[in-house]
Amino acid sequence: MFIVIACMLAGILVGYLLRQRRIRFIHRIILTLIWLLLFLLGLEVGSNETVIRQFGSLGFEAFLLAFAGTLGSVLFAGLLWLVIRNKSVSE
Amino acid sequence: MKGSLIILSFFATGILLGIFHLFPQGVLTYDISFYVLCALMFSVGISIGNDPASLRQFRHLNPRLVFLPLMTMAGTWLGVIVVSFFLKNSSITDCLAVGSGFGYYSLSGILITQCKGVELGTIALLSNIMREVMTLLFAPWMVRYFGPLAPVSAGGATTMDTTFPIIVRTSGKEYAIVSIYHGFIMDFSVPFLVTFFCSL
Repeated sequence: MFIVIACMLAGILVGYLLRQRRIRFIHRIILTLIWLLLFLLGLEVGSNETVIRQFGSLGFEAFLLAFAGTLGSVLFAGLLWLVIRNKSVSE
Repeated sequence: MKGSLIILSFFATGILLGIFHLFPQGVLTYDISFYVLCALMFSVGISIGNDPASLRQFRHLNPRLVFLPLMTMAGTWLGVIVVSFFLKNSSITDCLAVGSGFGYYSLSGILITQCKGVELGTIALLSNIMREVMTLLFAPWMVRYFGPLAPVSAGGATTMDTTFPIIVRTSGKEYAIVSIYHGFIMDFSVPFLVTFFCSL
């Protein structure tokens, strides 16, 4: 995990050193790498036979938990955002 | 929406090729996704470092944002507790254990399989993969209706790696530090919280 963070810090340094010229194509590269990563995640899920076999029966329960958990955290994050925004407006 | 559909189609293509083993085996054994992740993080780093405005904003981080991980936990737990009332096979603590994976599917899947058996372990794996995929797909929608902190909370423990790039793209570069801070705290809490709820 720390290697991943180190990669980003190295990137920030490289980007900062090259700040005289704008590297516009970097956003295309980021998007392409996101696609590749999702494709690889799919490969991992698809080639795991236990997960694929159980996908239907356990999948629905998993989906409900994922959906409710995500929705709950999104709502609470929205609340915090409202508080922060109102405070910074009134200050 | 078009961007999300493209991402989903890449994920679906991966699943199909995985099911029919239509790819060289080395792809998974050599952990290529880790190197791709490193390349991605390096690129994201360049985009942050290359934009002087985003670096300046790091210094103006709102101190109240330190509470974001607590909001993520409270919101997730409330959500899964509500769902647990509708599930016959899983108890409240089972659901809390699954929810406390916060998208960290590899670790939570393994931990829950060990404590509670392969069935709940598989649910934990699937559920937390889904959470990550949902965050990747619906981040723009979350920002529009619930503000820039929403995809960070939704991303859970993944906000300093896999969902980090999408958060920076949708919430903005000024949320990069919050995202990493949040991911770090959540990542650290997952093993403790999952084993705690499994032991109840």
